[in-house]
Amino acid sequence: MKHNHLYNYILTIADNSLILAQRLGELCGHGPSLETDIALTNISLDLLGQTRSYYQYAAKLKGEDSTEDDIAFLRIEGDYKNCLLVEQPNTHFGYVIGRQFLFDVYHFMLIEKLQHSPDETLAAIAKKGIKEVSYHKRFSGDWVKRLGDGTEESKKKMQDAIDDLWRFTDELFYMTDVEKAMAKEGIGIDVSTFKEKYYEEVSEVLKEAALTVPENKYFNKGGKEGIHTEHMGYILAELQYMQRTYPNMQW
Amino acid sequence: MSEKEVKNLEEIFEARISRDEKIEPKDWMPEKYRKTHIRQISQHAHSEVVGMLPEGNWITRAPSLRRKAALLAKVQDEAGHGLYLYSACETLGISREELYEQLHSGKAKYSSIFNYPTITWADMGAIGWLVDGAAIINQVPLCNTSFGPYARAMVRVCKEESFHQRQGYEIMLTLCRGTEEQKAMAQDALNRWWWPSLMMLGPTDAESVHTEQSMKWKLKRKSNDELRQQFIDQTVPQADILGITMPDPDLKFNEETGHYDFGEIDWDEFWQVVKGHGPCNKERMSARVNAWNNGEWVRDAAMAHAEKNANKKVAKAS
Repeated sequence: MKHNHLYNYILTIADNSLILAQRLGELCGHGPSLETDIALTNISLDLLGQTRSYYQYAAKLKGEDSTEDDIAFLRIEGDYKNCLLVEQPNTHFGYVIGRQFLFDVYHFMLIEKLQHSPDETLAAIAKKGIKEVSYHKRFSGDWVKRLGDGTEESKKKMQDAIDDLWRFTDELFYMTDVEKAMAKEGIGIDVSTFKEKYYEEVSEVLKEAALTVPENKYFNKGGKEGIHTEHMGYILAELQYMQRTYPNMQW
Repeated sequence: MSEKEVKNLEEIFEARISRDEKIEPKDWMPEKYRKTHIRQISQHAHSEVVGMLPEGNWITRAPSLRRKAALLAKVQDEAGHGLYLYSACETLGISREELYEQLHSGKAKYSSIFNYPTITWADMGAIGWLVDGAAIINQVPLCNTSFGPYARAMVRVCKEESFHQRQGYEIMLTLCRGTEEQKAMAQDALNRWWWPSLMMLGPTDAESVHTEQSMKWKLKRKSNDELRQQFIDQTVPQADILGITMPDPDLKFNEETGHYDFGEIDWDEFWQVVKGHGPCNKERMSARVNAWNNGEWVRDAAMAHAEKNANKKVAKAS
């Protein structure tokens, strides 16, 4: 493929949105209140919309009658390039919020820069997404504060989630060969440049939430290279169920 | 207030309704009117919220990204309907917590249709086409009902329901124009959803306990049997376009009446499900109760946080 790097680069961004949208989709109808249910579904819908724009662009680059659905549903696990953070389960509402918050702060910084990419399609998708992601970040940040500085129980639950999910944050800034190549070409973003800013912003919110910033220095990575946690197979089993069971049909 | 005064107020009240004036929350209303409306509006709100579950069941397995987004948006609309119906209900002097309590304890009912399982993707089509179709027939007259907040909520609900119905029919159409397997999936869904959809229009007129009073208050404009006939007459030709068959050997057009004659509805099944013994009553209720119980610490935290913030503001001001 002519645009191999760009194609793979798009997937590293879009797969995060797809898998997080899928995780949030599991919660629909099961939230702690109707209002949070609606808000989380909204976020899921935003991410899904972004995913579709990215995949449609990737399908165009790939040619050969490729479609957004082929890309979404018909890859093997190792070809999904999302980070490990977004595939983590909805253990409880604290985890849902923790995962969202740790991702949103990164996501906002990423697409803020991506808006200025010389690749017009990527820039346009980022421009459209920035307002949505800014809302996601406000929503999840506010809930981190509510739960962290709420009751004893909520504080413990929020702290548990942050402590547990912290080990997946470093991977966000790990640069794969594809990312390096695209950054070098000036099209992609060097995510390592805003790592420090990310931890500063996250720590600030955690402190405001009366939570402890984890000191853990051991991190897990692999998703961006296609090596996922045990959760991923189950996510794909549901995601791909229809397309795998009834191949080559229109829905 | 003396009996005479109450009677006088009641007369004025009934006269307003018959002049098609809207009753607003702060207006005087007979206690029975208030209670009946709390019952009906909350039952409607509960149906929206429980109704999220059978469709929510397919969000993670939707067959394409477009369908996944549409389904998510649809289930979200239902949450929104629940929200404004609960709000309309709250204007009658009952809290959302009390309403949930009634749902969770089994005191309040919700539409029995949601106690049937969604076992294939075609069920997403059949629910939109048939269940939302029957709901619209029930609900359109409510846009002109006498209680203002309910009538206004229903205007919005009906607009969205009609969109959902077209979306469901379009899923069925796509399946019926697809492969043999897809068409069989559509037929199977129709077989399972047809009779329960007819039951959604309520018991036959002879068995319906609330009809007369509801007619007077414009909570109802037509009887259950009239609505059912209207639903059948409009839906059978749609099945013909799809090229699938209603699971009713007695269904045929009656030239004399201009309506479709249809077979006997299994009312024993209807009452079994209403009484809590349908295929998914237990699952639906435990999903709702679990969501509420598991969310308690979250709601408590939000309240505690809001109180802390309010105290901080007071401390700052003083």
